[in-house]
Amino acid sequence: MATVATTDPITSDPMLPQPYSVRQVVKETPDTFTLTLESPNAAGGNRFQPGQFSMLWVFGVGELPISISGDPAERDRLVYTVRSVGKATHALVSSEVGEAVGVRGPFGTGWPVEKAEGRDVLVIAGGIGLAPLRPVIYEVLHNREKYGRLVVLYGARSPRDLLYRKELAAWGRQRETQVLVTVDYGGLSWRGHVGVVTTLFKYARLQPAHTLAMACGPEIMMRFVARDLETHGLARENIYLSMERNMKCAVGFCGHCQYGPHFICKDGPIFPYDRMRPLLEKYEL
Amino acid sequence: METLERIIAEHPFFAGLDSCHTNLLTGCASNVRFDAGTYIFKEGEEANEFYLIRSGKLALEIFAPQRKPVMLATLAEGEILGWSWLLPPYQWRFHAHAIETVRAIALDGKCLRTKCEENHDLGYEMLKRFARIMEQRLEATCLQLLDVYAVGK
Repeated sequence: MATVATTDPITSDPMLPQPYSVRQVVKETPDTFTLTLESPNAAGGNRFQPGQFSMLWVFGVGELPISISGDPAERDRLVYTVRSVGKATHALVSSEVGEAVGVRGPFGTGWPVEKAEGRDVLVIAGGIGLAPLRPVIYEVLHNREKYGRLVVLYGARSPRDLLYRKELAAWGRQRETQVLVTVDYGGLSWRGHVGVVTTLFKYARLQPAHTLAMACGPEIMMRFVARDLETHGLARENIYLSMERNMKCAVGFCGHCQYGPHFICKDGPIFPYDRMRPLLEKYEL
Repeated sequence: METLERIIAEHPFFAGLDSCHTNLLTGCASNVRFDAGTYIFKEGEEANEFYLIRSGKLALEIFAPQRKPVMLATLAEGEILGWSWLLPPYQWRFHAHAIETVRAIALDGKCLRTKCEENHDLGYEMLKRFARIMEQRLEATCLQLLDVYAVGK
């Protein structure tokens, strides 16, 4: 697992945004959009590890840390899934095709895809937490022979809040892949599971001793997920979580994202559960 | 062909149960089927059974006046439906609605209550197992109430 990743070697100042332009904006849910950005300067050169994030500058509005949600093999673009919850995210998702966006990064640690080789991969996502995990799913599906079973457990608030619906269905049709989706509030027309994401564990055909789990979602969800995974026999060091705090500089200078002894931007956002467990139970953090 | 005794003995819910207790349970068991769209039970009705779901999916629903039913949870293969048979006043607390055809083993709660009163070892084993289910459902409901995916949470 690498730490801070490469930026363009020509302009390697990590504080300097690179100009990208919006190629496509896709509405995923009523408040969540997927943006595809491209840059002529980075043609073929957008390298990132699944789980890393960028700092996106919306000029005149502000800068945001957003996880990369695209396919690591598609190096001609950077893809981000953004939920519109404030002024800057609203401005970002309202971008027109061709509009300029500044990009710094990628930053942070990635998901442990190399450690997962030879094992079953359990992906557990809640809400928009599926976005930082999607690159892992692409990685596993592109390199099927390297991994055991792929199990994707995804929970959302309601059916209309589900991300990547078509892809979820397509992934579920792949060999050695199990995709289970649940919602907290199902309407009367919903025929899938209703219940929190941890209720899906009993349907997943897990082999705990041979499984590496990666989870991303609201912190309280991850706390329950990690605890239940332990109950199911997964070792703490084989459970990875993506943490989130208020990231500003993204390189460990400013301290805004400090979480106990860690800077989420530099030491994370991906951490093994055995390092996070004592902190997850502290109310003050 | 799988016998009821074998299905019950091999079900994870009954893991570790003495064979004499499994025999007692089998005496109270029968195969049942509910077509999609039908109600297995409704709130307020007498609760005299519980079910080991063998296939299909059902929804636990609650009704509030002038509102559509709210789906609290879904249950599917391998899960246990119903704990109200165990505690007075032995009435269902929710509706159970088959959203797919459900095949299950029904265990006669009335018969089992009598056996549990006569045999406290069996009663304690049943209570331990159902308490675990109640705990899991309570925790899941608490997480739902937290509405963790809402904006600003």
